[in-house]
Amino acid sequence: MLEPQDKTRFEQLVLPHLDSAANLARWLLRNRADAEDVAQEAMLRAYRFFDRFRGGDARAWLLQIVRNTCYSWLEKHRPGELMTEFDEDLHQRPGPNPETLATQADERQQLMRALESLPPRSREVLVLRELEGCSYKEIAEVTGIPMGTVMSTLSRARERLQRALVSAAAKEAS
Amino acid sequence: MICEFSPITVHGYVDGELDAVRSAEFERHLENCAECQATLQRVESLRGRLQQSNLYEYASPRLRERVRKQLGFATGVQVSGNLPRRFLMPALAGLLAAAVFLIVFFLISPGSQIAPITAELIDAHVRSLQPGHLTDVQSTDQHTVKPWFDGRLDFVPPVADYSAQGFPLLGGRLDVVDGRTVAGVVYGRRKHLINLFAWPARGQKGLSAASGSQQGYNWIMWRSGDMQLCLVSDASAADLHELKNLINR
Repeated sequence: MLEPQDKTRFEQLVLPHLDSAANLARWLLRNRADAEDVAQEAMLRAYRFFDRFRGGDARAWLLQIVRNTCYSWLEKHRPGELMTEFDEDLHQRPGPNPETLATQADERQQLMRALESLPPRSREVLVLRELEGCSYKEIAEVTGIPMGTVMSTLSRARERLQRALVSAAAKEAS
Repeated sequence: MICEFSPITVHGYVDGELDAVRSAEFERHLENCAECQATLQRVESLRGRLQQSNLYEYASPRLRERVRKQLGFATGVQVSGNLPRRFLMPALAGLLAAAVFLIVFFLISPGSQIAPITAELIDAHVRSLQPGHLTDVQSTDQHTVKPWFDGRLDFVPPVADYSAQGFPLLGGRLDVVDGRTVAGVVYGRRKHLINLFAWPARGQKGLSAASGSQQGYNWIMWRSGDMQLCLVSDASAADLHELKNLINR
């Protein structure tokens, strides 16, 4: 249990980043309902470990916990996902419901599926960089990738996404 | 022409992560290297698509509520959970306390204050986009904009040029929001304009951090020290988060 002043600090420093937590969890788990459960669990962990937060970038600190919680959850519930380098299966299969099929041309839908087809370690750097606006330093802090290799990891992830989009477009055209 | 730069350099350049010297070197190289130009274009177009497709998933009100409740922070619905147990024992006293709490809650809750203020800030943003309204002092130099505010406000808004990170400072302006004078600092982001509104947060307990989108504009409100800050723009939420991080540094 936190002291009242730490509780206030938590509310001011960490709680405002709930959106970031929800967003990262959503993209790592590829499912909103699971993401909400895991984001909630991560928030609880952050709260419990708040005495270990030594100041600095609260968002990166929280996102690191969210990421770890997501990976533990995946290991437990969908161990296969962490092994696949490229989810051919997900990439090939038509949308999960008829609505998705009907809006397949939709740009957002296309990007979403291409992003979801990437291995989690490519997906997370793209989400952190392009959606969350994290710096390389923050990406390194959240993911544990050495600072010096963030740039190459991102370049690989972007190439992968590009390829996934091109092949999706080609499939649609055929 | 043989490209002497590693193919990943372009990514560091686009992300604003090269130091000034290397960035300038790369820009010179870019003029003559068709290969790097093509990569740059691909990376930028991919980024544009990602940021313009509303892929960011915000926490749902339900999740927000659940988290606040679990951690014992005041929520919009579960009010009594936050009250000391002894108030809850006698049913009547409990009810009374809950009623008082509710009234106080609605008076100070962020939700009840933030909504009208963000609406006003978005209006102020839209107003600033009209010809001649954007800036009172037009300068990309923080050492010109900052002193300009000095003589006009009784607080010091954060002003800095983030050109290197893709957010050039364009100027400053005074605005009136919620009956008080606020500082408007204008930044560019590619073809978008971003307004940073700043005013002293003294005595406003309820206004904490929040973000959202209204009428097609994204906004992020947060507090830094004793300053209340709000970014408003039609630029992507990710761009606003990035600028917010730069300002907080």
